Amino acid sequence: MFDKLALLGFGPGGWGWALLQGAANTISVALATLPFGLALGLIIALWKRSDSVLLRSLATIYTTVFRGVPELLTLYIIYFGIQVLVQKVWTGFSIPPFVAGMVALGMVLAAFSSEVWVGALNSIQKGQREAASALGLSKAQAFRLVVFPQLIRVALPGLGNNWMVLLKETSLISVITLQDIMFIATRANVVTKEPFLFFGTAMMLYFFFSLVSAWGIGKLEQRTNRGFAAFGGATR
Amino acid sequence: MNWCEYPGYLIGSEVLQNYGCRMASGLLLTFQLVVLSVAFGFVLAIGLAIARLYGPRWAQIAINGYTTFFRGTPLLCQLFLVYYGFGQFRLFWQDIGLWWFFREPFYCALFTFTINTAAYQAEILRGAIQSIPRGQFEGSLALGLHRWATLRRVILPQAMILALRPLGNELIVMIKASAIASLVTLFDLMGATRLAFARSFDLSIYLYAALIYLVLTEIIRRVWDRIELRLTRHMALR
Repeated sequence: MFDKLALLGFGPGGWGWALLQGAANTISVALATLPFGLALGLIIALWKRSDSVLLRSLATIYTTVFRGVPELLTLYIIYFGIQVLVQKVWTGFSIPPFVAGMVALGMVLAAFSSEVWVGALNSIQKGQREAASALGLSKAQAFRLVVFPQLIRVALPGLGNNWMVLLKETSLISVITLQDIMFIATRANVVTKEPFLFFGTAMMLYFFFSLVSAWGIGKLEQRTNRGFAAFGGATR
Repeated sequence: MNWCEYPGYLIGSEVLQNYGCRMASGLLLTFQLVVLSVAFGFVLAIGLAIARLYGPRWAQIAINGYTTFFRGTPLLCQLFLVYYGFGQFRLFWQDIGLWWFFREPFYCALFTFTINTAAYQAEILRGAIQSIPRGQFEGSLALGLHRWATLRRVILPQAMILALRPLGNELIVMIKASAIASLVTLFDLMGATRLAFARSFDLSIYLYAALIYLVLTEIIRRVWDRIELRLTRHMALR
């Protein structure tokens, strides 16, 4: 039993470094997707609340589509789709899986996080914007200085959930050959014929990241709630 | 011409006509996977949620660990662990007569999806039961109902209404997640689409598949909304 554990080591024939490299790739693709997806989600949330019928329906179509189609399928469509489109002008082009994964998961994340943003935007009273405009702030200033700081506190639990989902979804990018944890585990399985050991290790790595994320999000929530805890409201 | 070739024929898509029948049987497989795993998962989840709340301490800790673990790791990883990893212990499964189960990719996927969705549904149900006011327990105990009767006749019916919406979401999540069954050689809707693309190199087949998934999830969402509206009509929420 223990001789097999050497396969996870860092010595010759050990997959330790490869797995660590895979873990780094998983984390970096998730971290790269996060700001892109959240920013796009916020824009779509603002569209959903805009006065223009066109923007509202565009936003609704966007969320319906990306929430209703499997992430794996979205990933394939983006990966092969961009490739085929660009190859019409530039033959020999191939899109890096990192970028394709980032775009696909980012667009899905945008659809899901826009719902969170809308909920948070609705929780901010109209008076806040009115007071900001009475103080002479422009609409953009009012959003940046008054609305947004309050938004984060309300949106954080939902966005935290989105992050956890994203972290797990990155495992799908391995099927378009991003060398993440799953990819390395699959390759190690092919070489060593020890699937239980390697997929078990991969599972433990993901679990570790989930636990760390849950802890970090909890800390962030505590921090954003520090002015509110005294009222003993919805927070603990 | 078979009925499943007509949609492709009518919109003039050769690839959809050629692979229409495979995709139709793929859709059926997706249906079987999702319906069975969500149903089995639901039965498991009720037991787990009740044991998590009222069971002995060791059971509470164990169930908490189970739900945290399966909600904290990717479904793809769980599926590969079951399909490839469990296959490694072939002799053991043969000894206890379960090899026929873990040999088939369909049963592996069904098993993985079931334990995965059971973890999510157990958390949904636990949250729903916990949000029933304490007075409901006390009231029915004061009326002389047994603990089990209280749970079955007073608490669970109310909790189910609260859990309805998240359970519907979970159903939709499972439909989308079932696409990864195609990665363990199953020809569900996604698997049939991958095959069609690999053979025809026609990207539009992915778009048709996306449309089918979209229509499927949208129908379920709307039907679920109707069900919810009907079940809560005595509460005049809307």
